[in-house]
Amino acid sequence: MNIHEYQARRILARHGLPVPEAEVAATAEEAQAAAERFGGPVVVKAQVHAGGRGKAGGVKLAATPAEARTAADAILGMEIKGIEVRQVLVAPAEDIVSEAYVGIVLDRARRADSIMVSSEGGVDIEEVAATMPEAIRKVAVDPRYGLLAHQAALLGHHLYDDPRAARQASSIIARLYKAYRASGATLAEINPMIVNPAGEVKAIDAKMNIDDNALFRLPEMAALRDTEAENPAEVRAREAELSYIQLDGNVGCCVNGAGLAMATMDLVKYYGGEPANFLDIGGSSNPDKVVAALELITEDPNVNSILFNIFGGITRCDDVANGIVEATSRMELGVPITIRLTGTNEEEGVAILASRGFEAMVDMDRAVETAVRRGEPRTDGGR
Amino acid sequence: MGIFIGDDTRLVVQGITGRDGSFHARQMMEYGTRVVAGVTPGKGGRTFDDAVPVFDTVEEAVAEAGANASVVYVPARFAVDAVFEAADAGIALIVCITEGVPVGDMLRVLPYVREKGARLIGPNCPGLIVPGRCKVGILPGQIVREGPVGIVSRSGTLTYEVIFQLTRAGIGQSACVGIGGDPLIGTDFVDCLAAFEADPETEAVAVIGEIGGTDEQVAAEYVSREMSKPVVGFVAGQTAPPGRRMGHAGAIISGSEGTAEEKIRAFERHGIGVARRPADLVGLIRDRCRQPVADARVRADGGEPLP
Repeated sequence: MNIHEYQARRILARHGLPVPEAEVAATAEEAQAAAERFGGPVVVKAQVHAGGRGKAGGVKLAATPAEARTAADAILGMEIKGIEVRQVLVAPAEDIVSEAYVGIVLDRARRADSIMVSSEGGVDIEEVAATMPEAIRKVAVDPRYGLLAHQAALLGHHLYDDPRAARQASSIIARLYKAYRASGATLAEINPMIVNPAGEVKAIDAKMNIDDNALFRLPEMAALRDTEAENPAEVRAREAELSYIQLDGNVGCCVNGAGLAMATMDLVKYYGGEPANFLDIGGSSNPDKVVAALELITEDPNVNSILFNIFGGITRCDDVANGIVEATSRMELGVPITIRLTGTNEEEGVAILASRGFEAMVDMDRAVETAVRRGEPRTDGGR
Repeated sequence: MGIFIGDDTRLVVQGITGRDGSFHARQMMEYGTRVVAGVTPGKGGRTFDDAVPVFDTVEEAVAEAGANASVVYVPARFAVDAVFEAADAGIALIVCITEGVPVGDMLRVLPYVREKGARLIGPNCPGLIVPGRCKVGILPGQIVREGPVGIVSRSGTLTYEVIFQLTRAGIGQSACVGIGGDPLIGTDFVDCLAAFEADPETEAVAVIGEIGGTDEQVAAEYVSREMSKPVVGFVAGQTAPPGRRMGHAGAIISGSEGTAEEKIRAFERHGIGVARRPADLVGLIRDRCRQPVADARVRADGGEPLP
């Protein structure tokens, strides 16, 4: 789960990190009022679940409250990587002597959390890794002992020659790690971490991703989910316990199992179509889930062919068949449907479908090829 | 022979009285797996299906029923505790089927399992099966056949699909292992490849990967460095958009890392035959096996084969 910068800043501030105060504004007037309260120049930053906000024009410096208003007006409503900006953060502009990067990420290969610092902050860390790898220092945290004092110290000293700054940085890194663990995060980044003319080290940006699987025991984190910043269809899918991601294609896919769902999308492409979505109806599928899945697929205006690919293991073919029958009796699909059904309770499933005039196939390739062909522009109007 | 499980496997089912645990305990017993015990805290002293003693702790299951392998069906919030318990009780093989285990829990338990000398498979996996001998987990027994091909996969139903296509083409399996779709798992591709290399009944191996992480790349290097047996592969998620989690917690492309394209290139670079479709695995394997088993009429629901 992604959270917004302003939410991550609050988490870090609660863990004692030096994060300058800031306010969230949903209108240009609110942004102006916030700038007035702060006095002096401010930064206005788009709050959106997308990287590259700066490059997209989503971060602006404003010298006066009037400028803050203008800046907020320009940023609110703009689209960054297809997502509409609905909120901005207003924070006092800091005087910056130097910028650094601090990040913690789950390192799958090392089976540990990795902490990475770079003396080159304010830029994309992947870019630094490619062009100036010597600027980066990385340590892996042994999960049994947590971040050790000497590790935090050596990371601080890698960043700053000045011992005062190094000490502050070490403390920031240690607290960031605590915040990361306490929040069930899989990523926490401060970019940039700055030194100001007074020699103070501060976190002036924050980014965190939270492990969805940890949310059940972190209700305060789960409450940070901003469903309005997400695709509405995907929000509804999650509520129906479906795993759904909308794409641009024309063949709507409904599959049991994530791996098979991906392989089905790939096969759609292989046979010359484009998948309209990723959709995993999960293991023990009751008919209601199938109904919810069909609703999601048919609401996508790009879909002109629907494909079911079910390999029954725990999922029972008759459950899926009942769901298809139920859904099609409740709504008009309006587009052709192709069904592949095999595995547990296959005969029952096929019989249920046949009684309503649906044909089921056993072979995946044949079904996908058929669904792609049915989705091609045609003149006869479907099935 | 098979790998990791076999005739000497004595299984304890953790969560045997739950909905999934009881259903799959029966399925495994039907398949011929020796289920010697169940564990559900607070329900010790009962007998499951008039056949399997239920204990409060894994320790008792080991001491009194001689369990040496465990399968975990308990809900996500308790799953990692069940794995800790099994490892502490001296269980050598722990298979965690449970989906939705927090990654922070996995960070804690993995070094513990290793220190205890146990092997963990999963979490979020379908388990494993040695056709005709033993199954631990939820893989449908009716689609496998004995034969020479080892299968290792990060997926569940995609694994069934591949097994089914091979079986229908008359190619049986020495063992099929689903290692799980999470970012942190106990047993990886390399562990399974090493076991297949050492298994005299395995002639060739199929690796079923997907987007996310670098396990496939690591596996590819291992194959070219250490393996004498032919390996073929498939990678799911060629059409997956970057930055989005495709169902599995581990299936996410971050930056340029973890794309299907990159993994396919690594396979090709290291001499692994890559199938563009799951169905193409059949031909790739047939070319690399000496003696396929002929039984092309299997049905995925276990019904009577068609003439």
